[in-house]
Amino acid sequence: MKRLAPWAILAALLVPFALVAAPAVTGAKQPLNMTAIYMFIIFVGATLGITYWASKRTRTAREFYTAGGGITGFQNGLAIAGDYMSAASFLGISGLVFASGFDGLIYSIGWLVGWPVIMFLIAEQIRNLGKFTFADVSSYRFGQTQIRTMAAVSSLVVVIFYLIAQMVGAGKLIQLLFGLEYWMAVMIVGALMMIYVIFGGMTATTWVQIIKAVLLLSGATFMALAALNHFGFSPEEMFKQAVATHGKHDAIMGPGALIKDPINAISLGLALMFGTAGLPHILMRFFTVPNAKEARKSVFYATGFIGYFYILTFIIGFSAIVLLAQNPAYFSAGALVDGVITDPKGLLGGTNMVAIKLAEAVGGNLFLGFISAVAFATILAVVSGLTLAGASAISHDLYASVIARGRSNETMELRVSKFATLGLGIIAIILGIIFEKQNVAFLVGLTFAIAASANFPVLVASIFWGKMTTRGALVGGFAGLISALTLTVMSKAVWGETLGHMGADGKPVGLIFLDNPAIISIPLAFICIWLFSITDNSKQAQKDRALFPAQRVRCETGIGSEGTASH
Amino acid sequence: MTTDSVEAITRHPLYAELVTKRKRFAWILTFLMFLFYYGFIMIVAYAPKSLAVPLWAGSVTTVGIPVGLSVIISAFVLTGIYVYRANGEFDRLTKSIQEDLR
Repeated sequence: MKRLAPWAILAALLVPFALVAAPAVTGAKQPLNMTAIYMFIIFVGATLGITYWASKRTRTAREFYTAGGGITGFQNGLAIAGDYMSAASFLGISGLVFASGFDGLIYSIGWLVGWPVIMFLIAEQIRNLGKFTFADVSSYRFGQTQIRTMAAVSSLVVVIFYLIAQMVGAGKLIQLLFGLEYWMAVMIVGALMMIYVIFGGMTATTWVQIIKAVLLLSGATFMALAALNHFGFSPEEMFKQAVATHGKHDAIMGPGALIKDPINAISLGLALMFGTAGLPHILMRFFTVPNAKEARKSVFYATGFIGYFYILTFIIGFSAIVLLAQNPAYFSAGALVDGVITDPKGLLGGTNMVAIKLAEAVGGNLFLGFISAVAFATILAVVSGLTLAGASAISHDLYASVIARGRSNETMELRVSKFATLGLGIIAIILGIIFEKQNVAFLVGLTFAIAASANFPVLVASIFWGKMTTRGALVGGFAGLISALTLTVMSKAVWGETLGHMGADGKPVGLIFLDNPAIISIPLAFICIWLFSITDNSKQAQKDRALFPAQRVRCETGIGSEGTASH
Repeated sequence: MTTDSVEAITRHPLYAELVTKRKRFAWILTFLMFLFYYGFIMIVAYAPKSLAVPLWAGSVTTVGIPVGLSVIISAFVLTGIYVYRANGEFDRLTKSIQEDLR
């Protein structure tokens, strides 16, 4: 494995680049963007160098899963931001602002408000109680086999669905930006992520995320400043010109069609707020810092970076309305009439290309190449974090705790995690190619719903509620997972748009009116945890409850926690 | 950790203080974030027009812009307030408990 894998993966990685050399013949595709490709190759070179350096520091399981716990709060804050700010949010939210103005702001706020919740209820508790995965915390005083299995299953469901969404997005984006074939893009992303994770573990993954966060934040800052410069740095002037240029005029300055009814708005808000606090790859980041103090600092910095980033995307989206309208070549025929954008979707390449096109408008071809390469790097950082979290669920939770029942050794566990990474990488590539033509937009909402309904309730109840038992955790966790999945399948996005069920009017329909299941599935999970815990009088339940005081003390004080200076 | 040391810590007067203070503080801040975010969403859902009002007479900038930005800033400020108190006061309490038990 050690000797063979690097060459096999490198060869797989080089194939697409070799094919790039032969000019593509298909006419509809974007021409090859050489600046972007050079910049991307520089990024890949640098990150592979870091991976090589990291591989020498990744010998033990602790180094592989947590970078040895030596990351500072500031670095971890950047890495968390790098893990969380996906290409989808950068391109998607700036596109949403471009298309409907204020609604984009409402949407981006939802993505931020989970962070304070993580800070107040989860971050330091996780650091004090866990070791490598959040399942360490949710199974802390419960029956290991059941709760580990449940946590690992819901982690893997989240990781795989999120990976599919990222891979499909990556393939399409890179096809547009670089002029590469879809399958090549998916292969490159998959191969690079496997190299980072298998050889560099958490150390390489962390630095890929930090570099990406710095590149993305500085690129977006430059773009926002260059754009604001056109308006003499006056937001009022920017809004004034945007209102004059956008076909909806005044309507873009207030809430529009994004929030149709309060129930759906609350449900999506719950999924975003608590889903963030249940994402395995995010929670895993809290084990990379030495203690609770640094864990708190990292959430503070991350919240600042992510909030700042959403403000930038808002400026980028609004200024793009004015600045892109100055160049008719960006629009398809009829989308731009007398300098007014009558149809934002008529932007060539779709509204996801807003930030990319604005990069060209304010910074020329060089900056376009830079932002394209950053978008690619963004995807890599996110999928690497996801894959590492998935691999640790397999090796640390399923293999070491359930299958080997604690009788495994570290070398074996490490080997399993590397094979798991390889397996997840291959699955991600295959599913990414299979799902190319599918509408995967609902997958991101689904992963947040599952994280909020299966992971978060069990985690938070196990930390704060002493009467909880193994049975309660098990039933509650699965109730959240299954109800979130089932209700999503019954929603319009899956039942109607993906499975093709049409209503009498020929439009896609759902079996329920909810777009996101969180408003039902989160309370259901909590009720099941409560009901099946208080009615539980088994021997195991007595053991579970008896272990709470010790857990509580360690959670509150950090005394006895893994890898801290508790001597 | 042995049962003895768990009992020793839980009996420590500062421990009760630490747990009560932190719990109250964390839940108050969580509640505030809830209030700001869902307050904003409820205004969007039930009174969207109130956010589309010009910020000053004749301005294009609407009330919604500073309101939305303040929700973003409040998230950052609330986490900052928590870190300030937790890394100061709460960590000092934890440290004195640890030192007393040594």
